[in-house]
Amino acid sequence: MTEKVLTKNISKVNETTPIDKYEACEGYSGLRKALKSMAPGECLTEVKNSKLRGRGGAGFPTGIKWSFVPKNEDCLPGHKYLICNADEMEPGTFKDRLLMEQDPHQLIEGMILSAYTIGADVAYIFIRGEYRLAIQRLNEAIKECYNSGYLGRNILGSAFSLEMYVHPSAGRYICGEETALINALEGKRANPRAKPPFPQVSGLWGRPTIVNNVETLCNIPHIIHKGAEWFKTLGVGEDSGTKLFGVSGRVKNPGCWELPMGTPIRQILEDHADGMQTGLNFKGLLPGGGSTDFLIESHLDLAMDYNVIGAAGSRMGTGTMIILDDQSCPVGMVLNLIRFFAQESCGFCTPCRDGLPWTRQVLEDLENGKGSEEDLETLAYQVKYIGTPGNTHCALAPGAMEPLQSAMKYFYEDFKNHVTLGRCPYEIDGVH
Amino acid sequence: MIENIIQSETSSTLTSEELQLINIELSHVPQKSGAAIDALKIVQAKRGWVSDECLIAIAKHLEMSAEELEGIATFYNLIFRRPVGDKVILFCDSVSCWLCGCENQKQKLSEILKIDYGETTKDEKFTLLPVPCLGACDKAPVMMVGDDLFTNLNSSKLEHIFANYREEGEK
Repeated sequence: MTEKVLTKNISKVNETTPIDKYEACEGYSGLRKALKSMAPGECLTEVKNSKLRGRGGAGFPTGIKWSFVPKNEDCLPGHKYLICNADEMEPGTFKDRLLMEQDPHQLIEGMILSAYTIGADVAYIFIRGEYRLAIQRLNEAIKECYNSGYLGRNILGSAFSLEMYVHPSAGRYICGEETALINALEGKRANPRAKPPFPQVSGLWGRPTIVNNVETLCNIPHIIHKGAEWFKTLGVGEDSGTKLFGVSGRVKNPGCWELPMGTPIRQILEDHADGMQTGLNFKGLLPGGGSTDFLIESHLDLAMDYNVIGAAGSRMGTGTMIILDDQSCPVGMVLNLIRFFAQESCGFCTPCRDGLPWTRQVLEDLENGKGSEEDLETLAYQVKYIGTPGNTHCALAPGAMEPLQSAMKYFYEDFKNHVTLGRCPYEIDGVH
Repeated sequence: MIENIIQSETSSTLTSEELQLINIELSHVPQKSGAAIDALKIVQAKRGWVSDECLIAIAKHLEMSAEELEGIATFYNLIFRRPVGDKVILFCDSVSCWLCGCENQKQKLSEILKIDYGETTKDEKFTLLPVPCLGACDKAPVMMVGDDLFTNLNSSKLEHIFANYREEGEK
């Protein structure tokens, strides 16, 4: 039985965890411990030792990211910011919503501890505008915290002070990119910024800023409360901790479960999602959202660890898998994703702004039976040039190319059949 | 003198309540344009959308050009520069919902309300818009109507949902 850490206050009934209930389950123990007996430097060492990696998709070690924030004596006086990236818009991702709706205090405690560690005095939760329930529950929880002395001046009688705000986004996928998010918080168009300077040094309003994903921050109270060594024992593979893994698509029991880091894909798919719906077979999966490469049957025994999935040519991303069944068209699925990425391109650089709609057009022609052999070459060319990091301003367009390039690798026959048949071969069964 | 004119134009377009809410946002940003998105959202919350007059008034209040604010307003999916119905339907058309047949449900919805994406019903009750993944993929297909999320959509459920709204409207 897996130890429930992040989801211990979460149940099937979608209720929030009010402050008294959260406190009764060891809530704010980590914060009390840190403010009483740990210097910020000690908290940083604990998080570094825990080997926690970012749960938003990139998997960067959290402690290392924090260590780039300059100490007070090394920068001009002024604010430092902590931002929670709660802009969950990666297609097929539905884990942060759960954490925020049902246990808002866990996130808030994680943010207070993180702010204490990096020396931030202002914190923002940058959240999707569509997450109305989460916004409401977070605002209520923040109010409870101000009333209980967990937020505001001199938290729990210490010298540490923190203000926290919820900022609902006006809606755009690119806001999930941390520098674009910072521009959005500054009231601007959310075009990503050039790096360097990195936000850790010059972020919101030119001040040192850390941006972390919701799930990453939710791990912090437990690491501080129970220690890095305990945290490392939670994983069953290379990586430490637990992870929220999700499965969507036409499986019997789609859902989101907290499991040890390194749980094999097959176990998630068969034991938790209960396998494919009757009459359907497994064809492939995107392991962590819409901008990750397809994996196929032969990958099912791989562990959901950052490096293992990386070595198989994909990315663990958000850890929420999207399953492709054998009666859905892979070309249609990739077209759906490319449409999304073309729409959500911020328009700042040409390869992304013009390249993605061009790719969409080619795929639409294929899906509508108007494709040619030449179109397949065009797609390969687009994958090569749009998909190479460095050819575009940020990672959106290369991310968009990941499902396309891997679909062409594993399901090339399907692409070819669209050309030779002059229609989508999956139309026969009346599906898509 | 000029300032007085700007002031009076702004206050005649925006309500004192709107200005008050915008000024709260201004209190924690180091420059006025930093509250641009918040200000647009405040005005939209009250009126449903942001008209040209409101956009110009907000821009003046924030000491930025209307063109710059327009660039920001049109960048974001959830800022509406055209009138919308009483409730906006955000219909998820992303990958998990697509795999679970959202295209058929969209067609059904269009039949019930007699509108396509980007359109508003004749009675001005609903506007239908596509939205990227709503983060409820285990319950696909999904949509939002106003502030409410509806999951595991199918034809009969859609009929039921909008029959309920019609009943509510007649009360």
